[in-house]
Amino acid sequence: MAITREEVLHVARLARLSLPEAEAERLRGELSAILDYVKQLDRLDTRDVVPTSHAVETGTPFRDDVVEPFGDREALLANAPDRQNDCFRVPRIIED
Amino acid sequence: MANLPVQEWTLLEAARKVREKEISSRELTATILARIEALDPKIHAYITVLPEAAAAQAAACDEEQAKGALRGPFHGVPIGLKDIFCTRGVRTTCGSRILRDFLPPYDACVTEKVLAAGAVVTGKHNMDEFAMGSSTETSFFGATRNPWDVSRIPGGSSGGTAAAVAAAMCFAGVGTDTGGSIRQPASLCGVVGVKPTYGRVSRYGMVAFASSLDQGGPIARTVADAAALLGVIAGYDRRDSTCVDIPVPDYHAAAERPVKGLRVGLPKEYYEGGGLSSEVRAAVEKALKALTDQGAEVVDVSLPHTSFALSTYYLIAPAEASSNLARYDGVRYGHRAEGASGLIEMMSRTRAEGFGDEVKRRIMIGTYALSAGYYDAFYGKAQKVRTLIRDDFTKAFEAADVLLTPTAPTPAFRLGEKTGNPLTMYLSDIYTIPCNLAGIPGISVPCGFSAEGLPIGAQLLANSFREETLFTAAGAIERALPVRRVAPLGG
Repeated sequence: MAITREEVLHVARLARLSLPEAEAERLRGELSAILDYVKQLDRLDTRDVVPTSHAVETGTPFRDDVVEPFGDREALLANAPDRQNDCFRVPRIIED
Repeated sequence: MANLPVQEWTLLEAARKVREKEISSRELTATILARIEALDPKIHAYITVLPEAAAAQAAACDEEQAKGALRGPFHGVPIGLKDIFCTRGVRTTCGSRILRDFLPPYDACVTEKVLAAGAVVTGKHNMDEFAMGSSTETSFFGATRNPWDVSRIPGGSSGGTAAAVAAAMCFAGVGTDTGGSIRQPASLCGVVGVKPTYGRVSRYGMVAFASSLDQGGPIARTVADAAALLGVIAGYDRRDSTCVDIPVPDYHAAAERPVKGLRVGLPKEYYEGGGLSSEVRAAVEKALKALTDQGAEVVDVSLPHTSFALSTYYLIAPAEASSNLARYDGVRYGHRAEGASGLIEMMSRTRAEGFGDEVKRRIMIGTYALSAGYYDAFYGKAQKVRTLIRDDFTKAFEAADVLLTPTAPTPAFRLGEKTGNPLTMYLSDIYTIPCNLAGIPGISVPCGFSAEGLPIGAQLLANSFREETLFTAAGAIERALPVRRVAPLGG
């Protein structure tokens, strides 16, 4: 199942990965080969099969909605690539 | 300078020696640190070694013991952690450039439990980037070498942990297994590795790869050591909503039970493929004979959807990964690209610079499989086939208590041998992947060597929460096939 260069670039945009031209072409070949391989699943009739999303069915656990302060705000902010006071700084969000 | 024969001691023996004051934690830890200094330049099992912190922890253990207090069962014994478990204030990279300088503000549940048991943490083990790989070659920090032959890979993704344990650069370690990442490197490095039942060990603070498949577990030199370490890290944790609240049995005791009457299933699909090396087949047959000689019964079972497991896995795991790895955006922590003019450009370039080729490949496959128009055909289809694979195991465990298979199709391959073709690399996990899809527990136990002297492991699989059965069967194989526990170095 060959995928096109445009599809590779579209998926890269969805995944927020900037791809140089050569890398896009290499990925096009690799993804096509992997998708060819996984298409073997189409040989199985799964019309009446219930999908598995969790290996062990445990249901949804509930707990009381109680606030628990983390306490070490500085340790969280210390990892910021760019910081201004107690905020994470980012480049401009609204582009021209 | 202490020069103790630590490579001859198991985790439990070392713990006993400290407990009974035959040796101090200081001496034990200094010896392990000296081994790391001497051997790790050749092996590269560690991304981060913690000599000062480990020495300080050892000194504190000795002082507390002098006052009569023991922290827990591994008081003062050096243990390492895969660099996927958050360690408060100690960088946790997950083998990735994007987390090169990340200092976690908290400990993972596994980290807390290992520390509470009294262990001295030696450092953080090398791994494939974000645990995506079968050879530890995708680590941003460079490949780990197999201590049995440094021209070969140790397996992956927990290759650093398996190599460190095999070379006695720690008494045991904790790794993670999403499609075989504990069992396959354990097999290739001649040590014991356990993938517990999904939900048995908390994933809190363990960097997420594929959340419905990831599970932490022990890597050790003996079955009893692995059992004892699982006993420490297993158990309920409310901070992981999939962690199961059922009692933790005495796994160590299970390792010594007899196997008489145990029904050992041989899934025929695991022995049919052309990819299984004759040496691995012969070694696994010896493991089977070890079990039957001790009174186990053999039953033939079938897992008819086995040949679809790899495809299922390579849709589900990348889909979950593409979602989990969306958090690495250069905003709150980790690498950020310089000089971007807007937010989207900053994120796209940060991720392009921060992730390696294998991680990008999987993000792309996963994003594609989840994207509009393809979801049902790929991700939805894979989830349905996952049900068929689970049902195969449910049926097999009606006839058998435990299944015996090879762990990996071949012994350790050479560095660079499979990096050119992603699909050939993926095939090294063909026997380990179905277990993760089904959520059941598995163990790899050493069962022999190739003609070239490379270790071979046998895999045992049991029904959910039947880890005790795995330890019983693995213990019987270990007693019957005494294989050398520590890799000969200097090759």
